[in-house]
Amino acid sequence: MTSRVDKPAVSLSRIAIHAVLILACLLYLVPLVVMLLTSFKTPEDISTGNLLSWPSVVTAIGWIKAWGTLDGYFWNSIKITVPAVVISTAIGALNGYVLSMWRFRGSQLFFGLLLFGCFLPFQTVLLPASFTLGKMGLASTTTGLVFVHVVYGLAFTTLFFRNYYVSIPDALVKAARLDGAGFFTIFGKIILPMSTPIIMVCLIWQFTQIWNDFLFGVVFSSGDSQPITVALNNLVNTSTGVKEYNVDMAAAMIAGLPTLLVYIVAGKYFVRGLTAGAVKG
Amino acid sequence: MATLELRNVNKTYGAGLPDTLKDIELKIKDGEFLILVGPSGCGKSTLMNCIAGLENISAGSILIDDADVSGMSPKDRDIAMVFQSYALYPTMSVRENIEFGLKIRKMSAAAIDEEVTRVAKLLQIEHLLNRKPGQLSGGQQQRVAMGRALARRPKIYLFDEPLSNLDAKLRVEMRTEMKLMHQRLKTTTVYVTHDQIEAMTLGDKVAVMKDGIIQQFGTPKDIYNDPANLFVASFIGSPPMNFIPLRLQRKDGRLVALLDSGQARCELPLSMTDAGLEDREVILGLRPEQIVLAPSEGNGLPTIRAEVQVTEPTGPDTLVFVNLNQSKVCCRLAPDVAPQVGESLTLQFDPAKVLLFDAATGERLGVLARQQPAERLGNVTQINRN
Amino acid sequence: MSSVAALSKASPFDALQRWLPKLVLAPSMFIVLVGFYGYILWTFVLSFTTSTFLPSYKWAGLSQYVRLYESDRWWVASKNLMVFGGMFIAISLAIGVLLAVFLDQRIRREGFIRTIYLYPMALSMIVTGTAWKWLLNPGMGLDKMLRDWGWEGFRLDWLVDPDRVVYCLVIAAVWQSSGFIMAMFLAGLRGVDQSIIRAAQIDGASMPKIYWKVVLPSLRPVFFSSVMILAHIAIKSFDLVAAMTAGGPGYSSDLPAMFMYSFTFSRGQMGMGSASAILMLGAILAILVPYLYSELRTKRHD
Repeated sequence: MTSRVDKPAVSLSRIAIHAVLILACLLYLVPLVVMLLTSFKTPEDISTGNLLSWPSVVTAIGWIKAWGTLDGYFWNSIKITVPAVVISTAIGALNGYVLSMWRFRGSQLFFGLLLFGCFLPFQTVLLPASFTLGKMGLASTTTGLVFVHVVYGLAFTTLFFRNYYVSIPDALVKAARLDGAGFFTIFGKIILPMSTPIIMVCLIWQFTQIWNDFLFGVVFSSGDSQPITVALNNLVNTSTGVKEYNVDMAAAMIAGLPTLLVYIVAGKYFVRGLTAGAVKG
Repeated sequence: MATLELRNVNKTYGAGLPDTLKDIELKIKDGEFLILVGPSGCGKSTLMNCIAGLENISAGSILIDDADVSGMSPKDRDIAMVFQSYALYPTMSVRENIEFGLKIRKMSAAAIDEEVTRVAKLLQIEHLLNRKPGQLSGGQQQRVAMGRALARRPKIYLFDEPLSNLDAKLRVEMRTEMKLMHQRLKTTTVYVTHDQIEAMTLGDKVAVMKDGIIQQFGTPKDIYNDPANLFVASFIGSPPMNFIPLRLQRKDGRLVALLDSGQARCELPLSMTDAGLEDREVILGLRPEQIVLAPSEGNGLPTIRAEVQVTEPTGPDTLVFVNLNQSKVCCRLAPDVAPQVGESLTLQFDPAKVLLFDAATGERLGVLARQQPAERLGNVTQINRN
Repeated sequence: MSSVAALSKASPFDALQRWLPKLVLAPSMFIVLVGFYGYILWTFVLSFTTSTFLPSYKWAGLSQYVRLYESDRWWVASKNLMVFGGMFIAISLAIGVLLAVFLDQRIRREGFIRTIYLYPMALSMIVTGTAWKWLLNPGMGLDKMLRDWGWEGFRLDWLVDPDRVVYCLVIAAVWQSSGFIMAMFLAGLRGVDQSIIRAAQIDGASMPKIYWKVVLPSLRPVFFSSVMILAHIAIKSFDLVAAMTAGGPGYSSDLPAMFMYSFTFSRGQMGMGSASAILMLGAILAILVPYLYSELRTKRHD
């Protein structure tokens, strides 16, 4: 946005700007660094040293213990997240396709209702949802959680795809109809191949949301079906025994690594997802 | 190839909304080239979508080869369309784009191959078959879009402003190519455009539309020489027809129009004898090329002296603007005529070519006088009528 | 003879095609109507009943709402939401805008720096809460580190101070979300019309002034979106509280979302919990409706 074409000269203000930016970087990174450091210390090191002190002995004991506790729950999260992401993305794509290219009376109203639904506080649906899951026999199961995440992720995924498809010229669909293609052929052969960017955005956004979720996890599951976020919270907030902060931090890292890795690898899609959803907001 | 007929086609988007299409009646023969022309919003694209079956009509019927197709889906009507934006499938190669419709119709691989080769050769796009649309220029994309339509060998071709996205030079070239192709293939075609030159040059029949109503349907010649109303007269022809509002008077038993250039006056006798035309507010229509320099030896046609206001040498002509009855009037003169601004010219009109329109409704008044040579009777011209 | 009646000539394939879009959308429509609006209605109804551990449909009038009104904990939670929400929004905006403006100055490695600012968004609030709980640990966290580094007598016990614990929530939440605000504003800044800037420069304004008086005001829509989204996050904040303080000490860091969970699922007060959920919905609507109204009004003016 600066209008000078050539490279900006080194000046006091630019040094100040860089300083602030770098300081901010450090502040954002400190918690992560602290978590890592603490996770590799022994409990003795933790009590004698401080947050940023280097461990006298680098040990993975915290990680081993953490994994021991979180093992099954990690796989629960996988069992919940992967199907939920795939299903909600697929449904969102089809919905977005219909809403942008096959409009009919009532479809706009539905879109409005959906949009409104993006804002609802989940607290207002927790009770009825848990009753329903109970009636369906899905209370406290990972399948039940998949179900819930698909239902409440629909609003966002549909929004993503609909906004993306709206910018595809409808002459394309007209040409395909004249060529004789039907509803699903047009979707499969023409629209879907064009959808790679938004599919990526949707998958990554949904993965992050669902893996990181806690509310649904704690309300709709118990015991063996809990996702890793709930297990982490239970681990960290137990008031019995001596607090083992190295284990706590390692556990937090284990819970956070999947989404963090996805972010590092595919960060630009994440950003696009944020700003795409936000622009509508 | 097929005939196309539209009977009393109407379309609204909902009760209470104005009609998008009203009482459309059209008929074209096998192999004819129909142009739908009009300003933006006149309904021409909607009409085309209705013919294609992409939109439903509210009343009336559409017949292809005398069969009523009004309720049929697009794919059953056997129609191909070329869009203004070409609408090529971006993730498929040119070859796949052309094959797409053929594969859906379950043609054999050999037959498909044959069609693709035929069409590619016809449009000279053989070297582009493996490229994707994103790698083609505008002109190339346009050819591929046409190829996609041609490969289907449909009953009717629809073209929705196919040349609008091309630059001016390419547009003129492609226009001629389209005409050549139509002459060769004799395809029944409906072509939508807002460019009246395309309408005049390409069409066998032209339908001029405004506000969802067909203002006039006829050959280009009819539309040009015999416009049904003010709108058609003003829309077709470049530079546009001159319109001079005035009041007719009766003199010596015939209707005359009085022209006043500020320097001189002239009486233009008219052949219409309809009663009630005198003292009526009318608009006189005269095309620029129908106002010429009076030849040195008179020939009996009415003349007037006028002062040149503006000149526009275009190369093939010189357009000269004068004031008549305080209206700006354009005269199309030969290119070697180079008057100065302020110079006075003697201009001549042929009253036989003059058109009259009702000032209130825009409807054509009277009947176009037969093109008989004027009998010379001094300054007053008498037209022989059959 | 109107041939629209000729629709009967259409093949069954056509009829299917006409219905297909509606069929495809139908399950989602059903889900939305039931799972979103239907359930809200159900909760609404429950808030007027005497439900405790199990739902009952005995009419209780407004008594649950009255109990909320009389509940000191609910007031604390609501007040906390105001304080937390207000600080969270204001500080996130300030930091986000500042970083965005600075990053807009054509910095080398801008992409790398942006990645660092945004990574907290990728983490679960539980992870964030756990990390900050450790960082703000009274006696072993930041205060110990700063004492070790030379700042004698530094104390940071906000986490266990009922009056200050909300600030801890604010710190963690700002750390998580300010990067997002930065990303939104950066995108907005990139879309600003260059010619306005040039006109201001010719008029002699300095860059900070240009930003303050010309550029940022033109980003009002981004401000509104950001506030909306931050307010939404604040109202829904549950994970963070659960991880960092579990509402403690006592219930001094409680927030409405936590209150609802605890009363509905742990304390067997479904009626009261439902009432609190409805009030939370009311809070969101109170922000959403004026915003939408003003959006629609400006659109009509265009």
